[in-house]
Amino acid sequence: MNIFGWLNDQLLRMQWLSDLVTAGVSAAGLDPTSRLGGSVQFFVYDVIKIFILLSVLIFAISYVQSFFPPERTRRILGGRSGIWANTLAALLGTITPFCSCSSIPIFIGFTAAGLPLAITFSFLISSPLVDLASVILLASIFNWPIALAYVAVGLVVAVVGGTLIGRAGMEDQVAEFVRSVPVQDNDQTMTRIERLAFARDQVVEIVHRVWPYVLIGVAIGAAIHNWVPADIITALLGQENWWSVPLATLIGIPMYADIFGTLPIAEALVAKGVGLGTVLAFMMAVTALSLPSIIMLKRVVKTPLLMLFLAVVTGGILGIGVLFNAVTHWFI
Amino acid sequence: MIIKILGSGCKKCVALGENAKAAAAAAGKAAEIVKVTDIVQIAAYGLMSTPGLVIDEKLVSGGKVLTVQEIEKLL
Repeated sequence: MNIFGWLNDQLLRMQWLSDLVTAGVSAAGLDPTSRLGGSVQFFVYDVIKIFILLSVLIFAISYVQSFFPPERTRRILGGRSGIWANTLAALLGTITPFCSCSSIPIFIGFTAAGLPLAITFSFLISSPLVDLASVILLASIFNWPIALAYVAVGLVVAVVGGTLIGRAGMEDQVAEFVRSVPVQDNDQTMTRIERLAFARDQVVEIVHRVWPYVLIGVAIGAAIHNWVPADIITALLGQENWWSVPLATLIGIPMYADIFGTLPIAEALVAKGVGLGTVLAFMMAVTALSLPSIIMLKRVVKTPLLMLFLAVVTGGILGIGVLFNAVTHWFI
Repeated sequence: MIIKILGSGCKKCVALGENAKAAAAAAGKAAEIVKVTDIVQIAAYGLMSTPGLVIDEKLVSGGKVLTVQEIEKLL
C-alpha cells in the first residue's frame, strides 16, 4: 500500500472526516446522495476541514514567519537588484504575514529605505498570491501537482511583474511623502516562548478575521455543487469559451476575500467541469487584487504606476488562466 | 504628553492602549492617548508591523504589545 497516498488522503484530504460526516448525515435521516443531504455533507465536511487545516497551518507558518519580520526582509533585500533579487523578493513574499492590509506599510517601508520598485512589487505581488497555507490547502482540495504548479506560476508572475514595473522607470510615481518616511529598525529577537505565543495569537486573529469568508465560500460552493446545473456553469465558464478566463478574472478582481474562502468555490467549480485555468484565474484575481487594496494603493502611488501595476497583474492572471486551461489534462 | 497607539483596531492595539494608559497613571503623568487607525498615517511613522507606540511624535516600539512596566520606562 502506498503510505504517502494514504497519509495524503487521511491527513490532507481528511477522508476519515468525510466518511464521518456522511455517516452523521445518514444518522440524521438525510440521504447523503440526495441533493439536500449532499449539500449538508459538503458544507459540514468542508467547514470543519478548512478550519482544522487553517489552524494547524497558520500556527506552523506563523512560527516560521516570526523569523522574518518585514524589517529583516527589508535588510535582506537591501542593496540587491536584478532578476535574482526579484526572485528572492517573491520567495520572501510567500513567508510573510497573510493580510493584504499590511502591504501598504510594507510598500512605504521598503520604498523609504530606497529599495527599487522592481523588488518591492515582486514582494507585494507574491505576498497575497502565494502563501504556504494556500499551497497546502490546494494540495488538500486538488492534488500536489496543482499546488506546486500554482506556486511556480505565482512566483513567475511576481518576478516578471516586478521586473516589468522596474523597467518602466516610474521611481518618481510614488506619493511625495513616502520618500521622507523615517526608516525604523526596531527589530527585536524573540525567544521560543514568544514565537509560540506569536503563532497562537496569529491563529486566533486570522481565524477570527476569515471565518465569515470561509462560511460564505463554503455555502456558495455547496450551492454550486448540488443545486446549479452543470450545463449552466459550463455555458458561462466552460473551457471552450474564449471569454471564460477574462470573465472569471473580472468577477474576481473587485471581490475581497481570503484565499480560504475562495477554495471551496474553486473546488465546486472544477467538479462541475470548469477549466482549472479559469478557476485559478478567479482565485488569483480575488486574492491579488481587490477594490479596498486598490483604493489604499492609490494613496501611496500615482495613477500611472497604479495602472501599470493593475495591468501587469491582470495580464499575468489572464496568461496563467489560458495556460492552465490548455494543459488541464496534465493535472486532472 | 501625547501617546499614540498605531494600529487598525486589532486586539493587540487595544491591549497596548490599556497598558499605555495604566503606565501613564502609574508614572503619575498626564497623558492623552490617541488612537491612529488610518494605515497610511501609521505607515508614515515608518512602522511596518502593528501595533506601534508613539510618545510625543517619536516611534518607540513596533510589532509588539509592551507591558505596563516596559512603557513606564519609556515615558
